[in-house]
Amino acid sequence: MHAARPPRPDQVYLFGTCLIDLFVPEAGLDAVRLLEREGLTVHYPQAQSCCGQPAWTSGNPDEARRVAAAQIALFDQPWPIVVPSGSCAGMMRHHWPALFDDEPALQARARDVAGRVHELAGFLVEVLAVDYSGAGGEPVTVGLHTSCSARREMGTRVHGVQLLSALPGVTLDTHASESECCGFGGVFSLKHADISGAIVRDKVASLSAVCERFVTADCGCMLNITHAAEHQGRPLRGEHIATFLRRRLEGEA
Amino acid sequence: MSAQPLHFVSPAQFRGRVSEALADDGLRDNFRSAMNFLRDKRASQFPDPVETEALRDLGEAVRKHALAHLPALLEKLEANLQARGVEVHWADTPDEACALIHRIATEAGAQRVIKGKSMVSEEVELNHYLEARGIDCLESDMGEYIVQLAGERPSHIVMPAIHKTKQDIARLFEQKIPGAGYTEDVDALIHTGRQVLRERFMQADIGISGVNFAIAETGTLWLVENEGNGRLSTTVPDIHIAMMGIEKVVDTLEHALPLASLLPRSATGQAATTYFNLITGPRRPGDQDGPRRMHLVLLDNGRSQAYADAQLRATLQCIRCGACMNHCPVYARVGGHAYGTTYPGPIGQILSPHLLGLEASRDLPTASSLCGACAEVCPVRIPIPSLLMRLRTEANRAPGARTAQPLAGQGASFSLGQKLVWRFWSGIYARTGPYRLLRWAATRLRRWAPRRQMGWTQHRTPLVPAARSLHDLMKARRMAVSDRDVKKM
Repeated sequence: MHAARPPRPDQVYLFGTCLIDLFVPEAGLDAVRLLEREGLTVHYPQAQSCCGQPAWTSGNPDEARRVAAAQIALFDQPWPIVVPSGSCAGMMRHHWPALFDDEPALQARARDVAGRVHELAGFLVEVLAVDYSGAGGEPVTVGLHTSCSARREMGTRVHGVQLLSALPGVTLDTHASESECCGFGGVFSLKHADISGAIVRDKVASLSAVCERFVTADCGCMLNITHAAEHQGRPLRGEHIATFLRRRLEGEA
Repeated sequence: MSAQPLHFVSPAQFRGRVSEALADDGLRDNFRSAMNFLRDKRASQFPDPVETEALRDLGEAVRKHALAHLPALLEKLEANLQARGVEVHWADTPDEACALIHRIATEAGAQRVIKGKSMVSEEVELNHYLEARGIDCLESDMGEYIVQLAGERPSHIVMPAIHKTKQDIARLFEQKIPGAGYTEDVDALIHTGRQVLRERFMQADIGISGVNFAIAETGTLWLVENEGNGRLSTTVPDIHIAMMGIEKVVDTLEHALPLASLLPRSATGQAATTYFNLITGPRRPGDQDGPRRMHLVLLDNGRSQAYADAQLRATLQCIRCGACMNHCPVYARVGGHAYGTTYPGPIGQILSPHLLGLEASRDLPTASSLCGACAEVCPVRIPIPSLLMRLRTEANRAPGARTAQPLAGQGASFSLGQKLVWRFWSGIYARTGPYRLLRWAATRLRRWAPRRQMGWTQHRTPLVPAARSLHDLMKARRMAVSDRDVKKM
């Protein structure tokens, strides 16, 4: 948590993340719209791809380093880098510098970049102090799922709750074992499919018990939970927080 | 889940046991409710986050200090124990530890052993070793007693029989204890167990216990427990043998204090345990009771491998509270037996590779979503997710890869196929052209997305790429903006 609000920038970079890029691009676009709504110019370097997290967490640091090094070169202006995913933001902010322990020049650049990385919800609350009291839409009850790394590395749950509870007509319902992992864990969901499947089954059940829609700031968890719900034939829908916010601000349900 | 055989369970069959455990709804419900109960109990002991974090800092500092001076502290401990009449023995391997204890027993002509709870004795499979040599060993901790009676192994390091319902225990007692009828009254069950144990304390020639903290400065063994069985095991029989891993030493009594507060609060949600025993030597002249001879067996069993590595050394900070498993989403689903190791759950996943080698434990480091719940509650701040990632990296190393201090079983998970997949992956994601091609192919050929996607589709519908990537959408947007600007001119 910041002691004093950081200066308000007028330009930012968006790091869209690989999952959003290929599977949920509208969430990235909605993040851009939310930032532009606050009067910011959003730069999207076309050469960006992935933060390297899949390789890093699966014990392949050389490959993670290679991919991260290619990203670090893209942010040469001193603007904040906004990431609509807590786990990717956590990777960039907390783990990128450690990747380059043996390469001081790159490490210095990684540190500089890492220091400018913000998770979207945190950026909206802490830096932009957004006012969403004018949002509209039908009354709705939603659940909130926060990814574990977003919660623990970026403090995203607090920001998610702040943003959603400021929206008129939106009731936030806490589900059982709310702080528990959804079972995604990247490669874990492929390597230990049955354990991952058992964990997400419980997450789907506890979310379904309180809502038909849930909001999350992480696409990995979102895809995990929604595709598991669909597999089980449950009517649970998930939405990226950027999309949910943008739609409420435009008066949609 | 079927009863686990008592001995020589291998972590190599992790996947098979996981499937079995996941198919057992009753078992999952038992663990789920037990874990929820323990999480709530722990939370109630740490109401003040400022005090909690300060105490965890202190606990971590004490453990780090002890490990930073480990060889010197162990020598100091040995000297101070010897000065108080304790015989100190060192064991590199489980077999050495068992053989040492067997020799002590044989020399004393001992036939019956009563055991307080000791995970190190589980680690070396002492009961099995002694029983095979005609010495009778009885567990006196109620949970351990139940597990022993059932011919199983502990499923949790603090609550060994947590996987059992009271109905399971009622049936077990009815079958195994002569004269015990079936009852689901928990107090009555405990009374039945205690009646059996009470007599055996009196008959035992040797009492064996674990150690929670060994104080180097005073030569004191600190033992916490709730049932009084630890005190009986260490005072009634003529010989007391304590067992501990070499990492359990701390410098001074003062250093043990924060740990003694963190341990019961984190483990069982108690402010303090019902009993705590500070044992400084055997019976002295004029004492009314206490063992006439006392031994300490210090076990390495792979711990010095963790000690030798600056990052992995943090594994040895552990004070065995079990909070990591109580909060682990994987442990809560599969239970302790699935791991096939003495220490299950997150701590077992980072410790077992040193005890057993990465070859035997190769599935353990990957069996985590890295959610971080374990590290969040660890009273001594062991960065468990980072250590799991490090072990994954060591397991993935190519054969013949040069490292300063290779871990036992290094490279156990290496496969050329997987390495090539990651090379290929980084070749795409680190370069603009190939990644552009991937986006193009994924979005344009989305209708041909595979129906079966490795483990993903076992429990989920397939992932299908969007029609346009975010890159495409942003590019189109920029062009629309510049078109508008051109028109304005």
